[in-house]
This record gives sequence, C-alpha cells and structure tokens, in this order.
Amino acid sequence: TQFIKRSYDVTCVCVSFSQVSLSGLKPLPEKVKIVEVGPRDGLQNEKTIVPADVKIRLIDMLSEAGLPVIEATSFVSPKWVPQMADQEEVMRGIHRKPGVSYPVLTPNLKGYRAAVKAGAMEVAIFGAASELFSKRNINCSVEESLQRFEEVMSAAREEKVPVRGYVSCVLGCPYEGSVSPSRVAEVAQRLYSMGCYEVSLGDTVGMGTPGGMAAMLEAVMREVPVHALAVHCHDTYGQALANILVALQNGVSVVDASVAGLGGCPYAQGASGNVATEDVVYMLHGLSIHTGVDLPKLMDAGSYICRSLNRRTSSKVAQASCKL
Amino acid sequence: MGNVPNAVKHCLSYENLMGESFRLPSSFQEKKWPEVHKFPDFVKIVEVGPRDGLQNEKEMVPTEIKIQLIDMLSQTGLSVIEATSFVSSKWVVQMADHNEVLTGINKSPHVRYPVLTPNIQGFQAAVEAGAAEVAVFGSASETFSRKNINCSVEESMQRFEQVICAARQACIPVRGYVSCALGCPYEGQVHPAQVTKVAKRLHELGCYEVSLGDTTGMGTAGSMAAMLRAVMAEVPIHALAVHCHDTYGQALANILTALQMGVSVVDSSVAGLGGCPYAEGASGNVSTEDVVYMLHGLGIQTGVDLAKVIEAGDFICRALKRPTNSKVSQATSRSQPSFNMCE
Repeated sequence: TQFIKRSYDVTCVCVSFSQVSLSGLKPLPEKVKIVEVGPRDGLQNEKTIVPADVKIRLIDMLSEAGLPVIEATSFVSPKWVPQMADQEEVMRGIHRKPGVSYPVLTPNLKGYRAAVKAGAMEVAIFGAASELFSKRNINCSVEESLQRFEEVMSAAREEKVPVRGYVSCVLGCPYEGSVSPSRVAEVAQRLYSMGCYEVSLGDTVGMGTPGGMAAMLEAVMREVPVHALAVHCHDTYGQALANILVALQNGVSVVDASVAGLGGCPYAQGASGNVATEDVVYMLHGLSIHTGVDLPKLMDAGSYICRSLNRRTSSKVAQASCKL
Repeated sequence: MGNVPNAVKHCLSYENLMGESFRLPSSFQEKKWPEVHKFPDFVKIVEVGPRDGLQNEKEMVPTEIKIQLIDMLSQTGLSVIEATSFVSSKWVVQMADHNEVLTGINKSPHVRYPVLTPNIQGFQAAVEAGAAEVAVFGSASETFSRKNINCSVEESMQRFEQVICAARQACIPVRGYVSCALGCPYEGQVHPAQVTKVAKRLHELGCYEVSLGDTTGMGTAGSMAAMLRAVMAEVPIHALAVHCHDTYGQALANILTALQMGVSVVDSSVAGLGGCPYAEGASGNVSTEDVVYMLHGLGIQTGVDLAKVIEAGDFICRALKRPTNSKVSQATSRSQPSFNMCE
C-alpha cells in the first residue's frame, strides 16, 4: 500500500464563513441506527492479518450486541486488500441474526456477482467527492466509478438487492485539501438517484469540524432527503463525536462507527481512526437516544478483537470502564 | 491514545456506567434541545496543563521544565495559563516547587497566571510569591469533597470565603471551580441542582468566573445541556466556563454543546495532560490542540497559534517521556517546516 505524505495546508479546513447558523437545528432523533463497519473498514486497515474464524467470531459477537447493520467484508481483489481475501469464507461462516443486515462492499460488477454467489443480501458501493482521491484509491475518475456502479445498480435492482452508497472525502481530501459541499452534494445525489437507499457521507481523513459538517449537510440535504443520509466520521483529529452531534442536530439518524475504533482508509496516510462504536453509543445513550445496542456486549466484542490483533482499543469508553 | 494507567481505573462499576441507571432520569430530560444561541465570536481558552495537567503525571517534572513549558505557552496567544498550585506538597508533590515556578516564569503582559489556593495559608503564600490571580475549587458532590479535601462542601465554602475576602482586599480576582458537575466517581450521577447551588455560592461570594468541571469525563451532551440549563438560571452565562475531561471521549461534543448554549470560556490542557489525582481513573483533560482545532474550524477566534501549542505539547511530552493525548498533534505532520495552521 502506498502511503502519501500529507501535503495540504491545514488552513483550508477552516470554515470560510464567519458564523455557522444554528437556526437550522432540529430536535434530536429518538432513534439512531448504528452501522457497524469494524469487520470491514476497521479490519482492512489493520496490518495484522486476522484469520477468518476470528472475523466470524467478531461478527457473531457484534450481532449479539444488538447492532442492526454489520458490514461483514469486502469483495475487492485480495491483491489490493489482502485482509479481505477470505471474503467468501466469512460470508458463509457467520451466523446471520434475524433482523440484522450484513452488507458487503462491491467495487464493480465482478465483485457484486461474487458477493451474491457467496450469499450477500445487501451490497455497498463507494464514490469520492475528490477526483484525485478517486484516481489514487480506485484508479479511475469519479465519473468512471459512477459508471461502474451503474452496472452494479442494474444487476442489484433486478435481483432486488439493496445498495448502500458511500461518498469519501466529504470534509476534505488528503490530496486536494478542502472539498466543496456542492461537489459532495453532486456525488451523493448521483448515488441516490441511481438507486442507493442510503448514502453514507465519509470524513475519510477526519479533518472535518462541526462547521464544515453543517455546511456540507446543508448542501447535500437540498439533493438527498435526510432520512437517506448517514455520516461516517473518522476521529483522526478528535472531531468525530462533535461532528456526529451536529449531524444529529441537522436531522441525520444513521451513524457509521467501528468497534474499538479499528481501522480507516488504507490509502490516506494517517487517516486511521474510525470513530469507536462504544464512544458513539455512550454519547447517544447519554442523550437518551435509542440504538438497540447493548454496550457491555459491544465492549466484549471490542476486547475480543483487540486481543486477537494484539493491540490496544482506541475506544476511550473501553479504556475508562472497568468490569467489576 | 488515552493514557489511563493500568492501575488506575474508574471507581464506578461497569453496571453503574453502562446500565439503565446511567441514562438521564426523566427529571433531567428536556423534550427538545435547549435554546441555542449564536456561537460566540471569541472563546477564551484557559490553559490548565501546567497545573491540572502536571499534577496528575506520575513523572516528577523538574522546575526548569515547568517554567519552560509555561514560557512556551505564553508565546502561543493563550491569555490565561494556570501556573501552579499552592496546596501542601504533602498532598500534591508535583506542585511542591510552586514558589520557584511562579517567580521563575517570564510573565507576558498579555497573559494572566492564576494559581490554585485551597485556603488562606495557600493564598498568602501565593501572594507573597507574586500571584495576581487565584482560584478556589468546590465540589458538587459531598463525598468527593470529603475524599478530595477532607471536608464537607459547606466547610470548603467557608474556607473559600476567607480566601475571597482576603483577595478582595488585595484586589486579586478569584476564579471558582466546581468539580463533579456531570457526575462523581463515588456518588455516580449528580443532580444539576447540586451544581447550581455550589456555582451560585461561589459566584455570590465573589468569583468572577466559575468553571464547571466534568471531573470524571462521564458527562455527555445530554447531561451537559441539562446541567448548564440549571446553572444558567442562577449564574450569568458570561461568568461560566466548562472544564471537560475526555476520559470517555465525550469532551469535544460536550464543549460544542456548551458553546451552542452560549458559554464562551473553555478550559483545556496542552497535549491532554493530566486530570484530578483524587478521582481514580479521572485522567484525560481535553487537549488544547483538539479544542482549538474545533473552534477555528467553526470560525471562532481564540487568539491562539495552534502550531505553537503543538510545539509546547511536543516539548512537555518529550520531557515526560510519554506520547501526546492530542489527536490533532498525533495526526499532524511536524516534519513540514512550512506547515501553516489556522489563525
């Protein structure tokens, strides 16, 4: 994996307008759906290759913790992401809890076919709001990637397989620096109108702050209804929970997170640090927002995978809590 | 990431924190988000690293290092730097060199250097050493007060009254702190009314500002909003500050909530150093770097040069031989000499 040194000027992350409007704040949602991306987004960026049986056990523990959506694996070529080479074995091995979805990433039609063959019932595709990131990440322009996805969408539509869309770099790009909200809105709108039931807006590098989040959401919400939006925040700069809070205040009710704060994007140096599911759930429960997640069981899953990876958890809740 | 030492864990049981009992009781809950104000144009950062930060670091820091840290922080644009604490060195060994530190620092004309003074003896020693501002700290929890300073909340208020009287005579401003504003390591949940009572008392006694501390870091945006709503009914908002710990990763979200409700003074600690030594596991002050990054991203002025704060953080972490707790510092490349940070 080629790591790119960060070259952008951090001044560009500052919001250009002097005040962020607070008038658009809505009442907080009563329920938030957590999309658990640890087994995919998390593990794919961990250097230690984790055997299939450990991945399966992790997913099963996460199912027991009450998470409604668990991104199980990725049907990308193992040449690019060796961690996901056991994609079929994982799909076949997990115990599927009724009521829980197990989407998988499918970058193209080939990956889609393999996913469906392995039993996938939901897939995900990912575009980028930055041209450079798209070229470096998946070796094609944003437009070309959307055309590839159109093929996946067609097939999925015929087979009635729901598709979730991701947009990367919504609050900044490791190569381009700042990313305009209108560009994010454009890509989000394309994914939604293609047929994605939900579009997850990813702060891939974690450089976003609440002002930028609000501005970006405002632009996207003109094109995509808020119930179809999710946020996928990285905590690389410690901003994730504040960004998620602002997203909730703007009506978003779907949040992606990764157990124990595992992983991130392998193509942007230092862009590790998915927000930890435990820390998100702690905040949501403290706001009396229902998630359906059993936090102690979630933490058990986090402890398990960290032991298997021989690394410390990135969740502060997990670090701070003691089991007596 | 996170520096809770293995031996230091939170007193509260798992079940206390994670179970239903943790959820806000209905008496705290609001049906809708509290009334929000425009974000403040300017937020004053109160840098507590040299005091609150260092006093909870196991490694004893030599006086000259403390002085150098404060001198570096004085060049960053921070306007308030809590320099040291005039508590008995029997209790807080790290602060035994309070005289040397206060007399040794290069005081910038644009910076204030408050010091903690738990009682009249501490106050007098502080003044003799040249202190021009002091701070007193009460608690919203009885148990915490007894365990932390060996007296009840009421007794502590009487001690502070003495300090504040003496300070008034000497024209020395006094800042008040309220610990356990969002929860106590011994009592668990703390009712906003308890916090209000203590905050109001400190303000009425003469504290120009009252800093509300989430000592254990267990607060969330929900409990922050409920607590502030109660306190703001009795203490004017311009006199309030928040002092958030990041032990549970909630600090920035809590600070954001406070800003949305009109608070414009935020305490933080360079490199996320330290916390309260008397509440087990309550390490993890929020990092100044991460707070400033968020504020600048919101277009809020602080006067602080983030790159210089990162440098000060690097310096003290090298001296302490420990990694920074600041995520901004961890993420930022320091190998690029032309690195340009927000204002």
